Amino acid sequence: MATVPVTDDTFRSEVLESDVPVLVDFWATWCGPCRQVAPILEELSEEYAGKIKIAKLDTDANPETTGAYGIVSIPTLNVYVGGELQRSIIGARPKRALTEEIDAVLTTTV
Amino acid sequence: MTEQPTVENLIVVGSGPAGYTAAIYAARAGLGPVVLAGSVTAGGALMNTTEVENFPGFPDGIMGPDLMESMRKQAERFGARVEWDDAEKLELDGPVKTVVTANGETYRARAVILATGSAYRELGIDDEKRLSGRGVSWCATCDGFFFRDQHIAVVGGGDSAMEEATFLTRFAEKVTIVHRRDELRASKIMADRALNDPKIDFAWNSEVVAIAGENKVEGVTLRDTVTGEERPFPVTGLFVAIGHEPRSELLAGQVDLDAEGYVQVVGRSTATNLPGVFACGDLVDHSYRQAITAAGSGCSAALDAQRYLTELVDAAGEADLAGTPEAPNPDELPEALAELNS
Repeated sequence: MATVPVTDDTFRSEVLESDVPVLVDFWATWCGPCRQVAPILEELSEEYAGKIKIAKLDTDANPETTGAYGIVSIPTLNVYVGGELQRSIIGARPKRALTEEIDAVLTTTV
Repeated sequence: MTEQPTVENLIVVGSGPAGYTAAIYAARAGLGPVVLAGSVTAGGALMNTTEVENFPGFPDGIMGPDLMESMRKQAERFGARVEWDDAEKLELDGPVKTVVTANGETYRARAVILATGSAYRELGIDDEKRLSGRGVSWCATCDGFFFRDQHIAVVGGGDSAMEEATFLTRFAEKVTIVHRRDELRASKIMADRALNDPKIDFAWNSEVVAIAGENKVEGVTLRDTVTGEERPFPVTGLFVAIGHEPRSELLAGQVDLDAEGYVQVVGRSTATNLPGVFACGDLVDHSYRQAITAAGSGCSAALDAQRYLTELVDAAGEADLAGTPEAPNPDELPEALAELNS
């Protein structure tokens, strides 16, 4: 499964009402570190298919959600479980650090 | 854990202007370098910049990330193999060097070029980490957008601080440059740009000693470096641009470092104390730290490494390449190396 683009309009249905945990990548086209972490998130979306959804929200085009979660630094990777923000990872991280974060979320929710 | 089957000629660790330039030259010499580009640091410091105006050959400027992508493509065009992986452990002693990566690969090579660059220097005060990404930032191009119509402080007096401050005026209502001294270290063009910007003002002889805020930055405390007097300063964003530290933590104990952690090189070369190990770019550079000087020293490193490998072949003769356990058949050496050798 590839990453899923979400917007202010679809955030509720795609993220908050999702059956599986969702990691949302708050990004923008003009952000270098966002570009750097993007391919890692694509890989993770395949490797964790069915266990966690990986969504991408363009902060430039979706100010409402961005503001609501107080995002002032990107990339911010927010993990939502059952509609609640459970974990916030700020800044690009190596793949292994992200798998550790995701595994930690999955062990506490399963 | 996987061990790569072959002993490479050359591994380049790092992918800023120094690493990629080294890779371009080494690739053109037929050395087939492996570039460990880093998983989230690939492209180096220029990935966090916007317009690069002083790299020769681009009269209209070029975006930092675009410049780095072009360098990568140029290296790949000549046969460099770029891996998006982080070096985690290096064994640089002996004729065959090994680099173990975060993804669990083990690479081996007869020569290594270190081009790991530098990392942002931190203020080193309480709350800086806690509020990092919550108003404290090291990347104006990433985060400036979120401070629309707000008052931002930029700490520093060099070119990076001027660039960040000038960039931030696109969004901010006001930008205050906080600098420890009463004059700037920045180049004249960058300083003038900031000094003449109506949205930028200066807190001279000032340093940030505290950051206030529960979940986001609500203000800072400035201390006057002359009188010692402290005063609250209400800003919602704090951008730190006070310089860089060499990223040499993986090298300590193997390669000679100076007191500040920079890799020491021999004379004007890129040679370190270890045979076959070369260093270039911000990792060795106290003084210039520009994209173009990094690129230049990356070129030197590739030429030094090429010479080293050629001498290795010479010394080993046709039969036994330096007695390394996995010595390749000299007949299979890259053509360019063979040519140099003949």
